[in-house]
Amino acid sequence: MIACRKSFTETLLSLARTDKNIIAVTTDARGSVTLTDFANELPEQFVECGIAEQNAVGISAGLAHSGKKVFVCGPACFYVTRSLEQIKVDVAYSRNNVKILGVSGGVAYGALGATHHSLHDIAVLRTFPGMNIVLPCDARQTKKLVKLLVDYPEPVYIRVGRAPVPDVYESDDFDFEAGKANVLLEGYDLTIIATGETVYHAYQAGLMLHGKGIKARVLDMAWLKPYDREAILKAATETGRILTVEEHSRFGGLGSLVAETLAESPVPLRIIGIPDENVIHGNSPEVFAYYGLNAAGILKTALDFIG
Amino acid sequence: MKAKALELELQSEKNRKRLMELVFKAKAAHIGGDLSCLNVLTVLYFEVMNLNPANPKDPLRDRFIMSKGHCVEALYVTLESKGFISPAVTDTLGEFGSLLSGHPTIKVPGIEVNTGALGHGLSIGAGIALAGKMNQLSYKTFVLMGDGEQGEGSVYEAAMAARHYKLDNLVAIIDRNGLQISGTTEEIMAIEDIRQRWTASGWDVQEVNGDRIGDLIDRFEKIDYSNRRPHLLISHTTKGKGISYMEGVQSWHHGVPCAPQYEQAIREISERIQYLEKQISI
Repeated sequence: MIACRKSFTETLLSLARTDKNIIAVTTDARGSVTLTDFANELPEQFVECGIAEQNAVGISAGLAHSGKKVFVCGPACFYVTRSLEQIKVDVAYSRNNVKILGVSGGVAYGALGATHHSLHDIAVLRTFPGMNIVLPCDARQTKKLVKLLVDYPEPVYIRVGRAPVPDVYESDDFDFEAGKANVLLEGYDLTIIATGETVYHAYQAGLMLHGKGIKARVLDMAWLKPYDREAILKAATETGRILTVEEHSRFGGLGSLVAETLAESPVPLRIIGIPDENVIHGNSPEVFAYYGLNAAGILKTALDFIG
Repeated sequence: MKAKALELELQSEKNRKRLMELVFKAKAAHIGGDLSCLNVLTVLYFEVMNLNPANPKDPLRDRFIMSKGHCVEALYVTLESKGFISPAVTDTLGEFGSLLSGHPTIKVPGIEVNTGALGHGLSIGAGIALAGKMNQLSYKTFVLMGDGEQGEGSVYEAAMAARHYKLDNLVAIIDRNGLQISGTTEEIMAIEDIRQRWTASGWDVQEVNGDRIGDLIDRFEKIDYSNRRPHLLISHTTKGKGISYMEGVQSWHHGVPCAPQYEQAIREISERIQYLEKQISI
């Protein structure tokens, strides 16, 4: 098991050795992001901004404006609140090609509490014209993502978690295309759509449902903007009901995106996410279990949904 | 006055006249701050900065960021007079669907970044200046801020970083006209310590009378771009500069003159233009 942040920074470092235009920017978070090796090996391509997220995003915009391939990296909770206006104006509106890596996203910081949770980032950033959003689910997908991002022509927000995660993809033999969802499990009784690190749990729940004779389709929707509208509509037509799973507020995230897509041709939809409350005190697995985001919780909701 | 200063003074007055024409037609502008920063824009665009309007993306160009984005009308007339945008485009100011927004946007040739939310420009400027150092390019980056803008905390994050990275290719300018939308800067949020504040942050701080073109030219000439410190010019100006009834009057932060006021403004500027043309011919 490897943490997505580690897979991200290792891949970035390997690419940056031969591409001197790749620049990593951070805010006293090199340890947290796992950028220490990058900082030590390529100090000329590393920009430390101290604890100043607004400036880090502004400087990143300026570097990108000058042709650098900029990855500004730090805790998701701070980047998508403290420096939100810089993301809106300096990056998205000004079309400065900055990649923003939010680490320890969602409830990954668990017991550190709501100051450190980021359950609003998808909802907010979806509304910024020019901003792309992607939540990889495991180390292999993250590696492919970084390779894709280096020359991706637009700003992208990437959210990963903190802890090592099990593999969803067990070899490198899978497609990963911007804006496309991957079918992990085929089926026609219902579709479970998940994003980011909940994909593993959705996949496990899907396997359990298959074991019970319920043919669940499972979609890995890493890209939330652009997103795979066709895959959602196809799932609606072919499976008749959709269950979404996200480590995010139930407002404005993946579930909302699917609901918006289905509004003109609705099928029954259930959204698993964090309700409108400050998250209960606990570590990340405990929080997942409490709100039904883990495989057991998804299975329970799916069985109830199927009836 | 030296010949160069006279010529730029004349250019600035012509831009002032054009500004008034456009604002009177568009019926909207942050006119007070437009007028206070017009001189520094003229000196930057016509004397200090290395720019090529035929190639606005030239990698070696000097960069300018209008961090006090609300004073975009002054930038539009400067860009027009320098040849970045045509009068036909500038004439659309205030019209539905115009290329020209009420704050700077990159759709306009010569504008580097979208601004309008205060406290952003210096960080972007620091990033551009840092890239210049990384790429060993000799261009310089200029950022124009307001004095009211000094209330934004992000300005000081950028100030720290510019000093930390020894960005002597970065020049910040504060248009110190002493007024912001609700009153004087000292009433709203005092910044009388602005010089000490920036000096303490390790910047090379200079003050200049920004109402005087000759002083601005001299001050920019004296900047030492190899002293390993970022530069700040506190440009003391008059809000509403050049229109007698607007000068130093808070309510002209934004506003549009009525017809008699407009005519008076044009008269005042035209008299100065006439005088300067005569001086130049002598």
